[in-house]
Amino acid sequence: MTTTPHPEAPPTASGFFGEARTGDLVALALAAVIASLVLSDWPVAIGTWLGNDIFVRYWPRLAEGLGVTLQLVAISIVLGGLLSLPLALARFRNRGFASTLAYGYVYFFRGTPLLAQTFLVYYGAGEFSDTLRGIGLWGFFKEAYWCVLLTFSLNTAAYQAEILAGAIRAVPRGQWEAAHALGLSKPVAFVKIILPQAFVTALRPYGNEVILMIKGSAVASVVTVFDLMGATRLAANRTFDEQVYLWAAVVYLLLVETIRRVWDLIERGLTRHLRRRA
Amino acid sequence: MRFVIGLAAAAVALATAAMPVAAKEWKTIRIGTEGAYPPFNFQDSNKELQGFDIDIAKALCDKMKAKCEFMAQDWDGIIPALKAKKYDAIVASMSITEERKKQVDFTDKYYQTPARFATKKVGGFTAVTPEALKGKTVGAQSSTIHANYLEDLYKSKGVTVKLYGTQDEANADLAAGRLDGVLADSVVLYEWLEKGDAGKCCQFVGPDIKDVKYFGEGAGIAVRKEDKDLKQQFNKALAEIIKDGTYEKLNKKYFPFSIY
Repeated sequence: MTTTPHPEAPPTASGFFGEARTGDLVALALAAVIASLVLSDWPVAIGTWLGNDIFVRYWPRLAEGLGVTLQLVAISIVLGGLLSLPLALARFRNRGFASTLAYGYVYFFRGTPLLAQTFLVYYGAGEFSDTLRGIGLWGFFKEAYWCVLLTFSLNTAAYQAEILAGAIRAVPRGQWEAAHALGLSKPVAFVKIILPQAFVTALRPYGNEVILMIKGSAVASVVTVFDLMGATRLAANRTFDEQVYLWAAVVYLLLVETIRRVWDLIERGLTRHLRRRA
Repeated sequence: MRFVIGLAAAAVALATAAMPVAAKEWKTIRIGTEGAYPPFNFQDSNKELQGFDIDIAKALCDKMKAKCEFMAQDWDGIIPALKAKKYDAIVASMSITEERKKQVDFTDKYYQTPARFATKKVGGFTAVTPEALKGKTVGAQSSTIHANYLEDLYKSKGVTVKLYGTQDEANADLAAGRLDGVLADSVVLYEWLEKGDAGKCCQFVGPDIKDVKYFGEGAGIAVRKEDKDLKQQFNKALAEIIKDGTYEKLNKKYFPFSIY
């Protein structure tokens, strides 16, 4: 019996991201700047140097708020992503309880404002505090932070489910058939063939969702969470100086710009099989 | 041509310069209030603004022979909106404090009530010093003297401070058990604790708090710094309604005790 020679590896450009570009360095630098804003207080030194008392006094609180915002967005995007997979799969069924439930879920969370959902969970839970205490859930709902995290995760799960479902639908049927012809089971075909291709399509909408979440997370400030927006409002209220909102705007811009550049990077990695070899 | 433009420009400059000097006639006064601070200012079921602040403002406008227009504005933006000329005066139980005096001018006080803590009847606290409240969570309305007081004196002592858009929200969280206590104006808390069911959970705790540095010299009407004439007219009208008994009548309508 002759052994078939090992098939040649698919053509790829060097490395996951291909050739390094200056844009990559900018993305890395931006991410480093944001990390340093949370972890160190160099902006205070600059504020002192500029003689800006308000900045010196309130920047540390904004930095703390920025940390909270990053946490809220990162955790809810991940949790929402996990929840979105079963939701997206349920959306593919034509009928049945799971499909109706998923439809209703997405319908509700996409159809109502995040602010309303946050109020509903936070003050709604407050109304039923005795019941929640009875079933041992009050410890969770007592904290504004957990209420916000729950609401954000549920909300983004609905959007991510739609993104994922659309992207899976966009993978040509032939891919399923080819996998079947190769004798791959459906779950294996889904995980190894369909999902990776769907991610390429879904990447940009995902980036959009992350950006919307970063800005939407400002809602947390209305239920006593001191995120970036909450800290900004506190500083503006104490100082009656609207320049604080300008600093916050710059920080939000910085966050969104970083996401944009990181997304460029990831896209290059995911589409490396489509690039010509040098 | 250039001469004409120059002349016109000079005329405009002159008119603008002269404006603050000429006493503006205040026929209509637009008054900003919060509308979420019962019993001082709130919206009734018909969305009409009601309350002690509103009645006082109406009485003052009567004396000044001016027409008053009321508008509701979120508390957080109430001073910025005055400076942006959305209205001409704030009658919203605003305490006269040094911090605010840097932004706006105040009339004489039209009432003065102390601040007080409230806590749960069951499982609440008994002492209200920062040391005693260490590890507890207390709430107040944001950008109020009460919030500043907690932020400055309690937060650094290990007390968790939560700030709310309105006092009602803070009260709701106290009732739900998210807060161990709230700090607010004693009369506002009195209204919540003694009238209606929502406040049955809770009670006053600790003494009246009157620290002038934080709580100022009572509530006054805020006007823009350039409107000195409006401030004078308000002060004159205020003295008149106190003298002729109108003030006392309004006080009695809302409170069984004097709040002046």
